[in-house]
Amino acid sequence: MPETLIDKIWSTHRVGRRIDGKDLIYIDRHLLHELHAPEAFRKMTAAGRKVRRPELTFGDLDHTVSSAVGRDDQSNPDGVDFIRAMRAGTSRFGIRLFDLDDPFQGISHVVGPEIGLILPGMTYACPDSHASTVGGLGALAFACGTSELEHVLSTQTIAVTKPRSLRVLLGGRLSRLVGGKDVALRVLAEIGVAGAQGHIIEFAGPAIDDLEIEGRLTLCNLSIEMGARSGLIAADEKTFSWLEGRPYAPSGRDLELALEAWKSMRSDADARFDREVTIDCDGLEPYVTWGTDPSQALPVTGTVPDPDTLAPERRDRTERALEYMDLAVGTPLVGLPIQRVFIGSCTNARLSDLKVAAEVIAGRRIAAGVIGLVVPGSSLVKRQAEALGLDVVFTDAGFVWGESGCSMCAAGNGDHGEPGERCISTTNRNFENRQGAGVRTHLASPATAAAAAVAGEIVDVRDFLDRG
Amino acid sequence: MQPFQTVSGVAVAYLADDVNTDEITPVHRSLEPDFAELLFARRKRLADGSLDPSFPLNRAQFAKAEVLVAGRNFGCGSSRESAVWAMLAVGIKVIVARSFADIYRDNCLKNGLLPVVLVADDQDQLERDVIDADGASQAVVDLVTQTITSPTGTNFSFEMDAAERTALLEGLDDIGVSLREEGSIRAFELGLAIDSPWLIALPVATDID
Repeated sequence: MPETLIDKIWSTHRVGRRIDGKDLIYIDRHLLHELHAPEAFRKMTAAGRKVRRPELTFGDLDHTVSSAVGRDDQSNPDGVDFIRAMRAGTSRFGIRLFDLDDPFQGISHVVGPEIGLILPGMTYACPDSHASTVGGLGALAFACGTSELEHVLSTQTIAVTKPRSLRVLLGGRLSRLVGGKDVALRVLAEIGVAGAQGHIIEFAGPAIDDLEIEGRLTLCNLSIEMGARSGLIAADEKTFSWLEGRPYAPSGRDLELALEAWKSMRSDADARFDREVTIDCDGLEPYVTWGTDPSQALPVTGTVPDPDTLAPERRDRTERALEYMDLAVGTPLVGLPIQRVFIGSCTNARLSDLKVAAEVIAGRRIAAGVIGLVVPGSSLVKRQAEALGLDVVFTDAGFVWGESGCSMCAAGNGDHGEPGERCISTTNRNFENRQGAGVRTHLASPATAAAAAVAGEIVDVRDFLDRG
Repeated sequence: MQPFQTVSGVAVAYLADDVNTDEITPVHRSLEPDFAELLFARRKRLADGSLDPSFPLNRAQFAKAEVLVAGRNFGCGSSRESAVWAMLAVGIKVIVARSFADIYRDNCLKNGLLPVVLVADDQDQLERDVIDADGASQAVVDLVTQTITSPTGTNFSFEMDAAERTALLEGLDDIGVSLREEGSIRAFELGLAIDSPWLIALPVATDID
């Protein structure tokens, strides 16, 4: 019987069936972070449990670490206990921690792929909802809470009923300066924040074939915002060459074996999905959110919608969003003044994201009164960007260039905006108060955010560059 | 996990759709936060920091509520389990929502908090009943019979996966249930080492060239 990629990963990782009928799925790689792992370590110690495969488990410091240059444990006073508990717990259980001074420090979903820990056809668990980022390499991620994290540590498996499958077919060709983030926001606008509930999404189609790996990571990153369990994209030649030479990726004879396995890890031509959605990406514009959930997104040339024209169940949410965002019906997105810009997060802080933002910024300055912060997704990205001189491009323009971590995405590290500010952000959630009490977040791509920083207002980055 | 026992308690309605876990519990700043305080920490307060008297969970008659009636896609967003622990911290033992975000529902089940979804017409009626009763009488949620009696006396039944129901009723240790299959896990790992060594035997790496 023809199989989907999801079926194939499932059947190659199914250890067995638990007494309660749930499948026990083997977890190839498990990445932890300091916001949630310490509580699991505490419970495991209390229960006398052991970590089954510490060598397949890695620890990151990302959520609470300061982005200040020269940071230490105490630079974010609220983070110090988490950082130290993470250090103690990983040491106690024999888990490698990518500590503050480790070359591999960074946001778990950025680090995992870039050092070759995550590979096509793998399963991955992380106590963070954006675990699905790694789906961009053809791996199946399970985002989970703290109890599940304890379960994975103890058993190296996850007990789960197989979700349904949803194929999102993305047709057409993407134009210049339109990438993974814009595609994701377009899909979100179409299917909504609960649209993929109970499903794993496979993204496929010509627009996906065209996307570079880092754009695919961005798109898969936002699967959770669509309500999905996970999201992935079958690995192809681009994936294989992207992985080549990464420190934890196989080499030599192992690589030959791996490649053989990876090439079979794609949906059969006549495989059946439980649901399909088709979206044409020809002529897709840069997308920006106007509301307080990531599906409240529009082409940048759009205008704020009228709640009365929407389906009844969306009306209340829309009215509340417009009030929080201080937006009037019919207002064009282009021209909205912004006071803060954040370029960072597991969604859009890989090297290619910083490169495109720097291209837009180069030789220009942030508009007067706008505060700009760039936080690379990992210490490796930071080093690579600095080798290219991108840090100088940003700092010359008036941005602050920070040390890697989650930073203003969830404002868990001391970086945040001020009440009433309008912030354009390359992150994943525009929820009320997420980036600071009363902060009004507009999600956008790095190119769009960079252009807005210079213009001091939301602009169509394509026109912005054409104007010179 | 504590076994789930029949709940007889006040039901409170907070009917917004897409309530996310940032709203339920903002990022905690301490290893041992006050979860009760963290619950709806921003939502329940006015701009000046005082409790918003119009927020349902702040009203006196709902101070001891044990059943929360909620909207669509409840608990979307971050996977943080604090959004379940905080419910338990204030005594909420059942959430009846139009639908749940997947991870939030998992987190509920792992902590003995019962997540219920009724058919839409029943949910409409339950919402009306809970609003009409306004905390003056109790709802009853019985997982053994899979029934809810609203505070005004309407009876509803709900579906629940049999294994999930058993786990809740018996307070099963989820890790313990999985470890019964330890032999299968070990056999699987042996197979991996032979067929896909690169998956299980990692190179040593300290930096990138």
